[in-house]
Amino acid sequence: MKKIRFNVITFPGSNCDHDSYWIPTVRGNEAEFVWHKDNSLKSPDVVFIPGGFSYGDYLRCGAIAKFSPIMQEVKRFADKGGLVIGVCNGFQILTESGLLPGALMMNKHLDFICKHQHLSVESINSPFTNLYQHKQILDIPIAHKEGNYYIDNDGLKSLQDNDQILFRYCDEKGNINADSNPNGAIDNIAGIVNINRNVLGMMPHPERASEDVVNSQDGQTLFASIEKWIRERL
Amino acid sequence: MFKAKVFVSLKQSVLDPQGQVITNALHSQGYTSVVETRVSKYFEIMIDTNDKQKAEADLKSICDKVLANPNTESWKYELEGV
Repeated sequence: MKKIRFNVITFPGSNCDHDSYWIPTVRGNEAEFVWHKDNSLKSPDVVFIPGGFSYGDYLRCGAIAKFSPIMQEVKRFADKGGLVIGVCNGFQILTESGLLPGALMMNKHLDFICKHQHLSVESINSPFTNLYQHKQILDIPIAHKEGNYYIDNDGLKSLQDNDQILFRYCDEKGNINADSNPNGAIDNIAGIVNINRNVLGMMPHPERASEDVVNSQDGQTLFASIEKWIRERL
Repeated sequence: MFKAKVFVSLKQSVLDPQGQVITNALHSQGYTSVVETRVSKYFEIMIDTNDKQKAEADLKSICDKVLANPNTESWKYELEGV
């Protein structure tokens, strides 16, 4: 059986690239690192833009990374329908690049947050969530200072109307409200897809919740969903 | 040669939590007449041309594409010959 191939983009300042490489490989997939100055991808089925602090978060998080040569290739790959996932700083880079709408702003309470966080799966209609249950409650860690998702009212309505919100912050019982919102994100948004549903950005780290040795394994189903979606199309 | 002074600010419709914290701190110091603080970024950019129109065109492009995120920020600039 052909192995699914992940490409993990490394920018100066990326620090989740090895986790993002490791998890696909322990699941039996192939993974390759791709340096941000490269001009071509390495035949990926999935592009993973990892977390970290690309370019030291200078100017704005992700604002400089969007000009890296490899991002032109990532855009081309996404435009052709390729799967792209950006986690944390990867989400910030995808919004700055225009591959996803909205922006990630400083957390409402100004603190860097590093903790386990409950999420509600809000849509299973995507390559990334098809094996979850609708409204399933997940435990996925977050670690960020600029995770406060913002989009204007028209943009928010468009996300809602087009079922583009895949994950919302919630409490352990699934309540989605201000108390279960760790960073002030509008509509408790933790993760969205683009209109074509092949580009995912999320602040929580599924790659930190995908092995038996860590406290939560709730990220495994995201990788399993991606694998299933690709295998059905090979 | 021109010197551009660029101010990039959060749009008025966007919450500025840093500004709110600063306002609270100012109140705690007795500056009770302060009603709002908005935090902005300030850039000084030197542009090597004698053509003011070109400098302005470049500057507008720089602000739109690089210095500001149009989702959340607005910008303005002052341009002076040096």
